[in-house]
Order: sequence, then C-alpha cells, then structure tokens
Amino acid sequence: MTSIIRFQNVTKRFGALTVLDNFNFEVQQGEKVTLIGPSGSGKSTVLRILMTLEPFQEGKLELAGLSYHEPNGRGTFKASEKHLHKIRSNVGMVFQSFNLFPHMTVMRNIVEAPIAVLNMKRDEAETRATELLRMVGLLDKKDHYPSQLSGGQQQRVAIARALAMRPRVLLFDEPTSALDPQLVGEVLGVIRDLAREHDLTMLLVTHEMRFAREVSDRVCFFDKGRIVEQGEPEKFFTNPEQPRTREFLSSILNT
Amino acid sequence: MTWMQYLAPLLKGAQITVIISLASIVLGTILAFAAGIARTSSNPIVSGIAFVYIVLFRGTPLLVQLFWFYYALPLIGISFNPITTGIMTLSLLTGAFGAEVVRGALLAVPVSQYEAARALNFSKTYTLWHIFMPQAVVEMMPAFGNLAVQNLKDTALVSLISIADLTFQAQSLRNITLDSATVYTLTLVGYFIIALGLMLIVRLIEMKLRRGAAFSRSAHS
Repeated sequence: MTSIIRFQNVTKRFGALTVLDNFNFEVQQGEKVTLIGPSGSGKSTVLRILMTLEPFQEGKLELAGLSYHEPNGRGTFKASEKHLHKIRSNVGMVFQSFNLFPHMTVMRNIVEAPIAVLNMKRDEAETRATELLRMVGLLDKKDHYPSQLSGGQQQRVAIARALAMRPRVLLFDEPTSALDPQLVGEVLGVIRDLAREHDLTMLLVTHEMRFAREVSDRVCFFDKGRIVEQGEPEKFFTNPEQPRTREFLSSILNT
Repeated sequence: MTWMQYLAPLLKGAQITVIISLASIVLGTILAFAAGIARTSSNPIVSGIAFVYIVLFRGTPLLVQLFWFYYALPLIGISFNPITTGIMTLSLLTGAFGAEVVRGALLAVPVSQYEAARALNFSKTYTLWHIFMPQAVVEMMPAFGNLAVQNLKDTALVSLISIADLTFQAQSLRNITLDSATVYTLTLVGYFIIALGLMLIVRLIEMKLRRGAAFSRSAHS
C-alpha cells in the first residue's frame, strides 16, 4: 500500500499559538480515518491545510505525490496558485456549515464546478449530478434553492457537490455538528455508504463516536497539536492506552 | 407669462438634467465596480490607486471639483465641453462613493463562501464574478438607489459651469419673470418627479435580481 497523504514534521502556527507541533501523519490510499479530540487540538487544521485553506510554516506535506511547498515557491503558501490548483484537484471537502452557494439551485451547485473547472459538458455534468442526487436521496429537490432545504438536506447536497469533482481524498470537517439531532442520521447514512467505496480516501473530524467506531479503519486522538494515540476503532474505544485518551473518551461518552 | 409658459424652458432643462444624471450614474457605477473590486485586491499597488481615488473624490466638494475640471484643467491644455465635464465629474464622484458600497458588499459575503469555492477549485476570477458578485449585488441595490438620487440632486451644480440644465433654466426664467414662487415650485416638482423615476428604476432592477432567487430568505433558515 502507498501513502496518499504524508505529513512530515509539519508545524503550523497562528501568531504565537502553535496549532500543529512537529506533526507526523500518514494515510494510505482508500483508508478511512477519523480524527477526534478536544476543540483546538488541531484536527480541523489538518483538514484545512490539506484543502490549502491554511498555509503551514515548517515541515513537509505530500498528497498523491505532490509536495505542498514548491522549491522556489513564494507567498504564504510557498507555492504558485497553479500548483495549489493541481493539488486541490485531488481533494474535496465537506464543511460543518455546508457552505452551499445560496444563489444557485441544488443542481447548479453541483454542476457549476465540473463545468467551469473540469470543462465538462453541461449534459454530462447534469447526468452525473442526477446520479449523485439519487445517491443522497434528493433528486426531487434538484430545482430548489439551499434556503428551501433542511440542514441535513443541505449537507447531503454539499457531499454530492464535493463528489462531483471526483476527488481521491474527501475531507469531512464536523459534518453533523451544525445539525439538529434528528437530522444527523440522514447525513451519517450517506457518509456510511461512501465509506464502502474502496478507492476513496476519507478523513473525518467528528464527535460522533459510535459512528467513528463503525466506519473507520483507524481512529486518531488529537491533543495539543499532536496525535496522542491511534489505532483500530475496536481496540481504541474499548481499551485505550493513554490516560489522556481515557479521560477524553469518558468525558465525551458520559455527556 | 403664465406658469404654463414656464414649462417649455423647464422641460428643456429637465432633459439635460436627465441626460447628465443617467450618463453619470451609468459611468459612475462602472467606476464604482472597478474601484470597489480594486480595493479588495491583494496587490497593494492596485488597491492603493483605488484608495487614493476614492479618498480624493469623497474628500472634496463637488462644486470645487467641477470648477477644477472646467477652469483649471484647460490651463494645462486639457479641456472638454461643459456637458462632458459635468458628466465626467459627477461620474467620478458617484464612482468614489459607489466603490465603498461595492467593497462593503463584497466583504459582507461570508468567508465560508470563499472556502467552498476554493475547495471546488474555482479560479479567483470565477469566484469573484460567479460566487461573490451575484450575492453582493443584491445587497448593493438599496445603497446604489440612494447614490442615484444623490447624483440627480448634485447635477444642479453643473448650472454653475454654464450648462442649461433644469436649475439653470429656472434661474434664467426667474431673472426674466421675477416670479420666484412659481418657478422654483415647478423646479422642485420637476426634480422630484425625476427622482421618483430613478427610484422606480433601481427598485425594478433590485426586484429582478431578487426574483427567483429564494436565497434572500437564507438568512432565516
């Protein structure tokens, strides 16, 4: 197996605050990894760096063989926009607050990027979008605007929108945290179906522990910008080694 | 002369006023978008030039700007006819105020929209025109409505560089007839009717922009 993502001694600071501290992390192609931990521990930052929404200061990062820093790269990202564009073509992201485009219908939200970025023909993009909408169970909403949908429906559209770009790596940043409790299930259902896709690499930041246990190949526990403990979900949840992990799990499972 | 006879010269003046106002609103809007977008640029030279332009024209009186373009500029060999000068000056002023409206509306689009666009790999230009602008333009409309009416009222000053607009005609008429009450009442009514027309146009554009787009309700979801 080959690593599709490789962080080597990555350090990320926001001013004086160190968010990732000499961070090392590898993900295999097709692997489903859940990142858990207290807020501010750096797990969302890992996703945001991978999506090139945040630069990092030190260390090396590679995705699908592409380094995030170019040898003569300039600017905050130490890479040209063209190079970042190439990296991003491998990655998709699902956000906590969905971030659909409010002025576009559901269908247009999904086909806009394939047409404008991948130069796909409109009918081809729409055929693919129709497939994706059927998959997330929202084909009947294709002509609606995001404001006419529930949060759970918006998030399912957002997942379809990310998939329309055919990413090799899909990042989920607390996809159910902004949802009413009764809407969480429908979104987790879609992610669960996706997790069965062999080639798709998934990184999921979540507080849904039962779900993490069910879908992931590996769980990583973050604290203070490092991975304190990681392993297979069975062992991780039933018999964690580190006291800090145990403390966190008992605090979250008892609430 | 009865008040009916005042109408012919006043209408002639009103025509000039409408032409100057419409032309400078259209040109001013184009300038407003150019300068407003330039202000949000990450290139310091581009945003710097826009900043200087905006500050200069917002920070000086229109009357002095008109005199400067009409009397001072010819001294260095550049001169335009009065109407062109009037339209140019008013456009620059409206553009400077409008630029702040454009900039404000662009900055008001949530950062999360930028992140979503970046995650989908849209180019910066595409993100500006297809993701940000459609959301921002709707929010600009009420402010642009105010600017349009302000622009119309400002056109009265061009009478001072010998343009025969509504105010100029009113002055001449009063000088001949000495009937201040009637002449200026008719002039006020004239400006008011043009202003109503302008507000109506802006409102129609705003409604057209909002129509179909159920997204105006997204704030409540």
